[in-house]
Amino acid sequence: MALLQISEPGQAAAPHQHKLAAGIDLGTTNSLVATVRSGKVETLPDAQGRHLLPSVVRYREMGAPQVGAIAKQSAISDPRNTISSVKRYVGRGLADICKGCSCSEYEFVDSDSSVPRIRTVAGDISPVEVSAEILKNLKQRAEETLGGELTGVVITVPAYFDDAQRQSTKDAAQLAGLQVLRLLNEPTAAAVAYGLDKGSEGVHVVYDLGGGTFDISILRLNRGVFEVMSTAGNTALGGDDFDRIIAQWLIQQAGLDPSALSAGQMRAILLEACRAKEALSDTEAVNVFLSDDAVADSSVWRGELTRTRLNELIDPLIKKTLSSCRRALRDAGIDVDEIEDVVMVGGSTRSPRVRELVGDFFHCEPMVDIDPDKVVAAGAAIQADILVGNKPDDEMLLLDVIPLSLGIETMGGLVEKIISRNTTIPSAKAQDFTTFKDGQTALAVHVVQGERELVSDCRSLARFELRGIPPMVAGSARIRVTFQVDADGLLSVTAREQISGVESTVQVKPSFGLTDGEIETMLRESMSHAKEDIVARMLREQQVEADRILESVASAITADAALLTDVERTQIDIALAELRKMRDGDDPQKIKSAIEALNAASTDFAARRMDASIQSAMTGHKVDEF
Amino acid sequence: MSITLTQSAADRIRGFLENRGKGVGLRLGVKTSGCSGMAYVIEFADEIGSDDEVFEDKGVRVLVDTKSLIYLDGTELDYAKEGLNEGFKFNNPNVKDNCGCGESFTV
Repeated sequence: MALLQISEPGQAAAPHQHKLAAGIDLGTTNSLVATVRSGKVETLPDAQGRHLLPSVVRYREMGAPQVGAIAKQSAISDPRNTISSVKRYVGRGLADICKGCSCSEYEFVDSDSSVPRIRTVAGDISPVEVSAEILKNLKQRAEETLGGELTGVVITVPAYFDDAQRQSTKDAAQLAGLQVLRLLNEPTAAAVAYGLDKGSEGVHVVYDLGGGTFDISILRLNRGVFEVMSTAGNTALGGDDFDRIIAQWLIQQAGLDPSALSAGQMRAILLEACRAKEALSDTEAVNVFLSDDAVADSSVWRGELTRTRLNELIDPLIKKTLSSCRRALRDAGIDVDEIEDVVMVGGSTRSPRVRELVGDFFHCEPMVDIDPDKVVAAGAAIQADILVGNKPDDEMLLLDVIPLSLGIETMGGLVEKIISRNTTIPSAKAQDFTTFKDGQTALAVHVVQGERELVSDCRSLARFELRGIPPMVAGSARIRVTFQVDADGLLSVTAREQISGVESTVQVKPSFGLTDGEIETMLRESMSHAKEDIVARMLREQQVEADRILESVASAITADAALLTDVERTQIDIALAELRKMRDGDDPQKIKSAIEALNAASTDFAARRMDASIQSAMTGHKVDEF
Repeated sequence: MSITLTQSAADRIRGFLENRGKGVGLRLGVKTSGCSGMAYVIEFADEIGSDDEVFEDKGVRVLVDTKSLIYLDGTELDYAKEGLNEGFKFNNPNVKDNCGCGESFTV
């Protein structure tokens, strides 16, 4: 029988309705997949018990590409077809790639499309395809472990990834057959894993020193939402550099000539350096030796590396990360003392020296309880578990909100808010609208964003038209406008005429191009102008109502003037004239009473028209025909 | 009337409860659904209901409502590993037939 997991009370899934979700940390050097099972977050190992999957893909002439440790082994023998650190190239043009790092590593082909491709024996491969191979491998691992198909995944990306890089990551997931529930910023994922999202509001720092890259992110938690205040880092600084600097010391101590070493010998020395570094996390001193692989004259060199010595070697590298930290703090405009805590991410933060110096710099004890290699994937898994619906609603994690209200323009230049600000996303809301004039066959939908009452004070996002509405009397068409904001903040607006089913839609990204400052200004203005906005709104509303009634009375008179006596006609004309006069004034109250006066004057007329039209409709028909 | 746990199941449940930080025990039950009639329910329990039977085995409290107990009596709950996958398994003597995937059963 199937193996079962423990659910939260009342959440047990019906058979075949298991919702399996996973979090994926798609890293530059290593990738991981994690999931929540029986209420516990765990990273999933492969059949050999390895949790980390090296982000390396090797393309071969025949057969499927190799992924992970097996591909990494051939990095030296088959460098051109073995692609590592592909994350650096995802979503970037050829010009960016060559500018950013050494492009000599792989042979890039400038293809017709803007996406550069890497030439391998298996053909020209785009970075997105390489990422997809890594994701496919993790997907397979997760599905074998969980015993079913994944409903959705959360994939983490660096906070500094731009739209193109994020979109490419999504494309890679799609290529791998994964449904992306959301892309999550890596530092946010780390903070979620530590449960900081449920804790106190304030400023959190995420210090991420991985194998090959360093990132520092400063986050502010505000009402359960993580806002990235600033990021900084170094894309060519990581644990590998620690190894390299220790290896240099070893070479120097053993009296070897670096230029005479073969690639194989160099690799052996680097491995020894890495071993010594890791061992020194727990001990004060470690014996190092270079076997005859590395030392040319087949003798074995032995020595000792102490932690003090190691610290001297790596201190300059750690100092470099701290200067990035300083810059991030300056960009965020905050002081070290405002920081609540520092989350350590990445294998290199296991080094006691790194912890010590980072702790000193930020004046607080860094958080290291969760395995720094797994913390990002764990956070993504927690998020995926919630998004897929495996948690009761009250535990719904608030991660993103709509910064400003979204609405549409209605008659008179007024804003009808459909989704109000601070609504959590994803969210969908609908409202019904109608036509204003008889026989109106099209409707212009103007999507706006802002808190003010008048369209002219808000930001215009998009305009589109709904055409093909069947001609009807004003007010009888039913047009449903639906606003839908997905988890990535993408807004789609749909207008649908309910009777005929004609539909029109548009997609916009509401947050695009708005800085925090602009959002704040817009919010502040809405507060300070609140009163005048309401008055303006009332006036416009009455004006629109006046226009509507003027129009309908006028058309009624044209059609059925014969039904009126002269006295009635005069009364209505007076009321009409009065309303026309008031309509252009600026007192909503006066317009309102003029409307009421006209209504009163024309009530009998309206009733008589109704009778007449019913009579004409019924004449010549038998009762049972109705 | 009895429900028992294997040692590995008991250890796991204790671990999961500890990790969750709250809960009075584990709730087992059945519900009518699935392709073969009945499906198992395995949940954390936050409170003991009035029609719950409480069993205690190897230091773990197991709650079963009286209605479900008819179908579960004599069950041994095991924690098993199959390849990369691992999870709980009901060794239920009342079961006559499983559906193909084993997610639901008939008595």
